[in-house]
Amino acid sequence: MNKRAVFKSWWLPILFALPQLLLIFFFFYWPATSVLTWAFSLEPAFGGAGDRLFVGWDNFRDVFADREYWQSVALSLVFAFTATALSMFIAFVLAICVDRQLKGSGIFRFFYIWPYAIAAPAVGLAFRFIFAPESGLIAIVNTWSPDLWNPAKFGSHAMILVIICFAWKWIGYNFIFMTAGLQSIPRSLIEASSMDGSGPVRRAIDLQIPLLAPTLFFLLVLNLTESFVGPDTYGIVDLTTEGGPNGATNVMVYRIVSEAFQGLNYSGAASQSLILIGLIMVFTFIQFRFVERRVHYK
Amino acid sequence: MAEINIRNVRKSYGRTQILHGVDLDFKSGEFVVILGPSGCGKSTLLRMIAGLEEISAGEISIDGTVVNNLEPRDRGCSMVFQNYALYPHMNVAANIGYALKVAGVPRAERDRRISETARIVGLEEMLDRKPAQLSGGQRQRVAMGRAIIREPKVFLFDEPLSNLDAKLRVQMRVEIRRLHKRLSATSVFVTHDQVEAMTLADKLIVMNKGHVEQVGTPLEIYHRPRTRFVGTFIGSPAMNFFDSTIAPGGKFVLLDGIQIAIDPVLGRDNADNAVSAGIRPEHCRLVKAGTANSVPATVDFVEELGSGRNVHVDIDGTIFAVSGDESQLFKTGATVGLQLPSEHIHLFSRDTGLRLDDAPALKHTTNQSTVAA
Amino acid sequence: MIERTPILNMVTYFIMMFGLLLILGPFWMIFTASTQSLAQVNAVPFNLLPGTEFLHNLQAAWHRANLGPAMLNSLIMALLVMVGKIILASISAFAIVYFRSPLRHVFFWLVFMTLMLPLEVRVVPTYNIAADVFEPVRWLIQTLTGIELSLQWNLLNSYSGLVLPVIATATGTFLYRQFYMTLPDELTEAAKMDGARPLRFFIDILLPLSRTNMLALATIMFVYAWNQYLWPKLMTTEADYQTAMVAMTTLVPNINSLPEWNVSMAGALIIMLPPLIIVAALQRWFVRGLVSTEK
Repeated sequence: MNKRAVFKSWWLPILFALPQLLLIFFFFYWPATSVLTWAFSLEPAFGGAGDRLFVGWDNFRDVFADREYWQSVALSLVFAFTATALSMFIAFVLAICVDRQLKGSGIFRFFYIWPYAIAAPAVGLAFRFIFAPESGLIAIVNTWSPDLWNPAKFGSHAMILVIICFAWKWIGYNFIFMTAGLQSIPRSLIEASSMDGSGPVRRAIDLQIPLLAPTLFFLLVLNLTESFVGPDTYGIVDLTTEGGPNGATNVMVYRIVSEAFQGLNYSGAASQSLILIGLIMVFTFIQFRFVERRVHYK
Repeated sequence: MAEINIRNVRKSYGRTQILHGVDLDFKSGEFVVILGPSGCGKSTLLRMIAGLEEISAGEISIDGTVVNNLEPRDRGCSMVFQNYALYPHMNVAANIGYALKVAGVPRAERDRRISETARIVGLEEMLDRKPAQLSGGQRQRVAMGRAIIREPKVFLFDEPLSNLDAKLRVQMRVEIRRLHKRLSATSVFVTHDQVEAMTLADKLIVMNKGHVEQVGTPLEIYHRPRTRFVGTFIGSPAMNFFDSTIAPGGKFVLLDGIQIAIDPVLGRDNADNAVSAGIRPEHCRLVKAGTANSVPATVDFVEELGSGRNVHVDIDGTIFAVSGDESQLFKTGATVGLQLPSEHIHLFSRDTGLRLDDAPALKHTTNQSTVAA
Repeated sequence: MIERTPILNMVTYFIMMFGLLLILGPFWMIFTASTQSLAQVNAVPFNLLPGTEFLHNLQAAWHRANLGPAMLNSLIMALLVMVGKIILASISAFAIVYFRSPLRHVFFWLVFMTLMLPLEVRVVPTYNIAADVFEPVRWLIQTLTGIELSLQWNLLNSYSGLVLPVIATATGTFLYRQFYMTLPDELTEAAKMDGARPLRFFIDILLPLSRTNMLALATIMFVYAWNQYLWPKLMTTEADYQTAMVAMTTLVPNINSLPEWNVSMAGALIIMLPPLIIVAALQRWFVRGLVSTEK
């Protein structure tokens, strides 16, 4: 799509594009190039002396040979898919209910958006308390039987905890987009359907869900991307379990950052980063294909 | 006040040509209307004069200066847009005065000219309002005020009345004409509405498919359409046409086996030619069936207009519209006679669409209007 | 539409109430915990009614995490990022939409591709460049001319360091581009006829017209910036530049003693309040901003 009316000037667009160009060069593309070179070479840790040694695919071979890496991939998959499914399901049910526009549903809508305002680390800290084994809301189950719930001790409990954090925070975002999607369904269509004799439940199944499908798909891809590599995942894990216990919540994105900074393993982190970037590109590509199709619908 | 000369101007987007070489001259102070169906290139031509559209080939000059490479602001034109294009966040005064602000005119002087302009376009009471709070007609006035405040050499109007309702359109038409009389700047007005074109124009230009079809005064164009297209496009109801051949001897054409007399000189020159014959609805006459020199026809339907009526009659599948018939005699289904007076018949070549008697007519006329090849 | 479905309405209300519990429950927990004493907050089962230690806990959290300067730093960072992103977005989109150069596509794609490079995957090299911004410049000059420069600029522990690396904005640029595309061409043409040059058009027409966009963008960017965690955590080693989100980590209770959840939650409450106020008070704008940055 192009504007018909444009201006003629060679210096102004350059001047206006320059700040952002410089910023993305310095803070995105230059670092990305470093990631690329490190992934294929052995880097002396933290500015240490000595030259980089080009090692080809060796770093990737090391990563793929590492059992812990595959464990982290598996954890990421479990985390991403469960958290996404949970968050989207709850948001969907709430959006459908609110969209019925019963008296007072505006108040519900008002509050349902709140979780999105809360930073992931804060969500993590709060849920760490709520789900703490020795105090908080859930601790009571441990008085019935010791260690019925203990995320500090059991990996599966820890995973449930981080999933709940992510799902809860993203209910807000998913809800916003689903209500927007539902609202964009033409009123006349709903009315036509009710003239055809369908009740609210039938309409939800026959009309609203199919018409919401593009929004749902968009959210699905976005939620998956965010839970795989998003800052929220890092923040939540860092404030609740720090990857533990025993690496049970050491998801890919958390592992990369801790490996790079604590383990000082640049090359390993770089090759893992590159794999994640590849993953994001795949997600983005899927998103793009779908966006194109949706434009076609219109 | 400025003269505008357009020399062999072309416009193409990639391989599609929008304008195929247009030559026009507008005299200083003239009110020129460019009329044509949508997509004929009339707006493109106007926007090229304004400087909003690149000129692919040819030359446009204003007051003798070639403006091809001048920015809009340096051409001395101002423009009224179809959708007014008012700045939504500025009030009426700011909208009208924006050009002066850009030009760096001091505040006091600006305010004086804004109120003077507002008086001319009748907006003195509205200066503090935002465009969203104005009616269509008032927005139109703001757009005009914005155009006149710069005291431009040339006014350009791009279908400015097409968003108004019918009543307001008539009123604004009169006001635009009055304004032109007062400011007497050269005005170029683009429209697809023939009534607007006829009533406003000093000089009327009819365009079709990127070509200029005819240039002339409104009456010239109405009475002597140079092409079949112009004949069809101007006049409501549209001119009636029937295909025929000039009979040997050149005295008449045939319609449904009936001879219709034509100008003998013209007929002699073009005998045996396949022609398209046209006659305006107001020149047709309905008579009782069987009257001499009439073609038998059946009344198809009647449109009541209040001030008169349009009767549509069927002659062997060809529908003829007849207007101005005051009698109540002819009801739907009735058989009537249709008279087509020879002096009102226009003949066009069926191949080229050109008027048959145009070439000789041009020789005698004093009309200097330039016409595109 | 008139429809009588009393049972369905009951069910709907029931589900919505349950949802409300799910959403507001944690907020209530945070609040009540922050009002209780150390013994109360560690009682099992948890007492859901507020206690009396609210002010005391707030004070304790405020001092322990040094929240005064941290909140100020967060505010400064959030405002700078917000304003910076709006400026960058509006001018970048202007360069992309209102000029016709093949380079604008390259620019657009370069901005777009940054979406695929989240901080988490380039964290070490980004840290390195923040420590030595002119490294690429020196490298470039040396490869080109062989001259070794001693140009240095270290962003660590500074506001520039907090702001500049997170200020580039693909979503903001899209939002502004989208907005510019919806404006009619005639508006630009009218301004041209009135004699306005591009810069003038941008300042007089585009910026005032984009007010609603600006507000929408401002709300989401403020929340985004305030909630930044990884970057401020990495690049501020001095307490002077610590943001609230990073300061919050000092409130994580110590495992070895009775956990002071009451102070933690009081701190969390303070820190989560500013973005929550923005979202609650400016919800219309926030939602609009979020929905319209949908890629």
